[in-house]
Amino acid sequence: MDEEAYPRRNYLNADYRFRSWLWTTDHKRIAILYMISVTLFFFIGGAAAVIFRLELMTPRGDLTIAETYNRLFTLHGVIMVFFFLIPSIPAVLGNFVLPMMLGARDLAFPKLNLASWYIFMIGGLMAVGAIVAGGADTGWTFYSPYSSLYSNSNVILMALGIFVAGFSSILTGLNFIVTTHTMRAPGLTWFRLPLFVWSLYATSLIMVLGTPVLAITLLLLAAERGLGIGIFDPALGGDPILFQHLFWFYSHPAVYIMILPSMGVISEIVACFSRNRIFGYTFVAFASLAIAVIGFLVWGHHMFVAGGSIYAGMVFSFLSMLVAVPSAIKVFNWTATLYKGSVSLETPMLYALGFIGLFTLGGLTGLFLATIAVDVHVHDTYFVVAHFHYIMVGGAVMGYLGGIHYWWPKITGRMYPEWWGRLSAGIIFIGFNLTFFPQFVLGYLGMPRRVHEYVDEFQVLNVMSSAGASILGVGYLIPLAYLIWSLRYGRLASANPWGATGLEWRTPSPPTTYNFDKTPVVREEAYQYDQDELLSV
Amino acid sequence: MTERGFQLFPDQASSFAPRVDALYTFLVIVSAFFTLLIFLAIVFLAVRYRRSAVRDRKRRVGAKFWVLEAVWIVIPLALTMIMFLWGAALHFDQRIMPRDAIELNVVGKQWMWKIQHPQGRSEINELHVPLGRPILLRMISEDVIHSFYLPAFRVKMDVLPDRYHALWFEATQPGVYHLFCAEYCGTEHADMRGFVYVMQPSEYATWLAGGEQQPPVTAGEALFTRFRCDTCHYQGGQPRCPSLANLFGQPVRLSDGQIVSAEEQYIRESILNPAAKVVAGYQPIMPIYEGQLSEEQVFHLIEYIKSLSVMPPETGQPAPVEEPAQGFPADEENRDG
Amino acid sequence: MSAPVAASAGHVAHHFDDAEQQYASAELGMWLFLATEVLFFGGVFCAYAVYRYWYPEAFAEGSHHLDLPLGTVNTAILLLSSLTMALAVRAAQTSEQRAIVRNLGFTVLLGLGFLGIKSYEYYHKFEERLVPGPNFVTRHPELAQQPGGESRYPPPAEVKEEPRYKLSSTAELFFSLYFVMTGLHALHMVIGIGILGVLIVAAVRGAFSAAYFTPVEMTGLYWHFVDIVWVFLFPLLYLIH
Repeated sequence: MDEEAYPRRNYLNADYRFRSWLWTTDHKRIAILYMISVTLFFFIGGAAAVIFRLELMTPRGDLTIAETYNRLFTLHGVIMVFFFLIPSIPAVLGNFVLPMMLGARDLAFPKLNLASWYIFMIGGLMAVGAIVAGGADTGWTFYSPYSSLYSNSNVILMALGIFVAGFSSILTGLNFIVTTHTMRAPGLTWFRLPLFVWSLYATSLIMVLGTPVLAITLLLLAAERGLGIGIFDPALGGDPILFQHLFWFYSHPAVYIMILPSMGVISEIVACFSRNRIFGYTFVAFASLAIAVIGFLVWGHHMFVAGGSIYAGMVFSFLSMLVAVPSAIKVFNWTATLYKGSVSLETPMLYALGFIGLFTLGGLTGLFLATIAVDVHVHDTYFVVAHFHYIMVGGAVMGYLGGIHYWWPKITGRMYPEWWGRLSAGIIFIGFNLTFFPQFVLGYLGMPRRVHEYVDEFQVLNVMSSAGASILGVGYLIPLAYLIWSLRYGRLASANPWGATGLEWRTPSPPTTYNFDKTPVVREEAYQYDQDELLSV
Repeated sequence: MTERGFQLFPDQASSFAPRVDALYTFLVIVSAFFTLLIFLAIVFLAVRYRRSAVRDRKRRVGAKFWVLEAVWIVIPLALTMIMFLWGAALHFDQRIMPRDAIELNVVGKQWMWKIQHPQGRSEINELHVPLGRPILLRMISEDVIHSFYLPAFRVKMDVLPDRYHALWFEATQPGVYHLFCAEYCGTEHADMRGFVYVMQPSEYATWLAGGEQQPPVTAGEALFTRFRCDTCHYQGGQPRCPSLANLFGQPVRLSDGQIVSAEEQYIRESILNPAAKVVAGYQPIMPIYEGQLSEEQVFHLIEYIKSLSVMPPETGQPAPVEEPAQGFPADEENRDG
Repeated sequence: MSAPVAASAGHVAHHFDDAEQQYASAELGMWLFLATEVLFFGGVFCAYAVYRYWYPEAFAEGSHHLDLPLGTVNTAILLLSSLTMALAVRAAQTSEQRAIVRNLGFTVLLGLGFLGIKSYEYYHKFEERLVPGPNFVTRHPELAQQPGGESRYPPPAEVKEEPRYKLSSTAELFFSLYFVMTGLHALHMVIGIGILGVLIVAAVRGAFSAAYFTPVEMTGLYWHFVDIVWVFLFPLLYLIH
């Protein structure tokens, strides 16, 4: 609060030269580099969404022609999935707080961490290059044989951009796992770890084990398109369905790469703003691992109508249902954490509570898609679009914004304006629901996804959705503005403005370059906000 | 007739529609219940335990903790198992093809649907079907993956190149409904749509008679002669090649000892790429027809070859084969036969 | 490639508490990296398994077009290089400076030998038009009379002679997998040789000793992994009957 608390020397003012940022190995500075990058990508992807939501105001293709529209939704999907959602929480918030939560001076491999950012940027520039050169029109799913043999667009460059960025993800995951294993402070046992660490660990497992499969798949696709080496080409006897298997083997778990870190952030925030230890800590921790493990076994539910065996479909349906259990465990335990808490509704808490509600709806509508007979009807319709936006935007993005607000004082040493924060959280919640809820109805009515023209009776709901999107867009611009404003004009933050537990709050705001003057020693469990008398586990 | 106002719920026009909708309604109720439960719980707890309120804040959960955790593990698990079993049972009916269906051939290509009826009439982006009869669509794509989607019937199936997929339904309400391509298939994907017309059987018969095209069997016979298939494969067979009489649906022993069932997929592969599966005792001397026949022509040849098999009159299907135990699954992946 | 972060001076980087922590991190990191490599190759092995199950005969035909003697020689070369790599690690652990350099050098030479033979095989495949793509031999029926061609029209009944090379169009799938699998493997070899080159320069300067040999050991793990991949590739590609 007072000027005294602001440390004279910290990681931000340790060196002002441009070079000191581009060659930094400090995890906190790398997190800032990622934050700037993913924010740029977010607004690129968002701009595409603005254009196609405008196009969808009318049933005819009057704003964009088909070619443009197809490139826009591909751009939106590729950029948002691979260059915003997947790196957002792990590479920005995870990078920043994970070593501090562990009481470490840095990640285990700081140079590798910097290399990951450069690899990410190279991949990102390749993808943006593909867009600038005319874009790709395959959708972010790159289904063969359309992508390999028929599309007339920059598929190879786009796929290779994702391929390259994948290695950034792999190396980040590897770094996190090793750091969590070897760099924990004395006394910080596994069950004293904050739940954000557990969720990042589960996420990293998926990154390390799933991403290489996507990498090889996209490489094979590029080889087929560019060199004529046909692995999926039906004319040679190849199987386009094999592409889908390999693609979803990564890309379904990738959904959990997006949502698991967000769940970790929510655990931190809910505990802090209700002044309670997370209800059922062990259940929540193991639920993260369970989601990561089961997540690898459910990819076939993307292919219920692809004509595979009925029995395989049933196995995948059954396994997909199981994901509901750890998800429900988390939701109920977060809610129960409020019980007998001391709840205050600052901006991060508003995002966290919003997350719980939207994730609940997103998760429950996932069950519709796991139920085979219903999925046959709603597969590839707007129902699916609505469902995964509830998870990815209602879940992952809300978690990311909640986390950004929660750790903003730690990252920048300044407070964001609380009133504006609450206002934009409310606007985003309302805008989000208005955008995506009508899409559930549209999907059940049968509106296919990825169309720029649709039949007239779908117009009313589409107009509602587009109206919501404009509110949502405004909701995202407000935080961008006031967060930048706060860098200069925000109130100075104390070391622990929320009165939170956790080692990251025991460093100054902003922290010094090596985080801790001397390695902290941990003597208690995470979230010791109260003195529960009989709370076991 | 095709004009529809604002709707919140799709038309129910097939025998599947009310059954899928019942399951959907169950899912909606479960979802609404839990969403409201969580929403109300959050609001209630956040208000009751707001920081300014004076409350007892000592949590004494103890043994009740395990009960709570067990409850919110077991109840979701039980509910999802109901969803799984219900959905899987219904899906089984969607995927097991009826034996007395009218079989239509569907070819998807960028960006249109070409459909041919057994009596010969063809149509593009339109599908005329009679009320109350099971309809089976045997579908293949000439290029990329498409997906044949009839929302009012709650049915959908991906249409792949080089592989037959089948889809069936029974229309229950006369009317005009939408036909969409659900799988993104390129530039004009949005326009790959049309209408399905459900007609009274008598109207359907009249409509069928309105076409002038040859029935597929006749067209197939002409192709059989034109491509000189008959020089080797004439009735009765000869040492150089296996006989086609009574072939359809029967088990065939291949040169590598495998036994496959002579279904549509096998016949198609044997026409286009004969060396892939060679019948035991014969040399792979048949020319490759890959690239020389359109998918419609392959359909015609298959219909002709099917007509060479003696069908028991009452079912319209060949005598049952020993191998397939679970009826006639839609996916005809004979590749792994 | 993730050669573990090496600190040349003092060996322990600033953010680690001690050398033990640093070593444990490097080791775990390397094993995780190898796990990602297993999954990376796993994708192609999966494709291989599916297609071989569907088209056993095309795979056997394709396999007969590979050069078994050269493949065998290459297998022997790689196994030998694993031995010299292991000796290099051993030499580093016992601080035998010249032996480190010598064994790393042998490993590089053997690796280059492998790549040389592989390039010759590739060149040969190119000449035989067995490289997938528009020039692939089965896509050109006019080559029917030449070895490797596939007859589009039935031969006269009296011709009894089996064609010397018999290939069906699905054999192109086999060669697609052959080039992808061996190509990815060769790429890993090239990267490995590059890392070995860096290690040799460092070893000449005396960077490694019993006190600090992590980079040599981690590169050894990588090199053995690449060899093991080949040990799987060789029978799967060359020895199909």
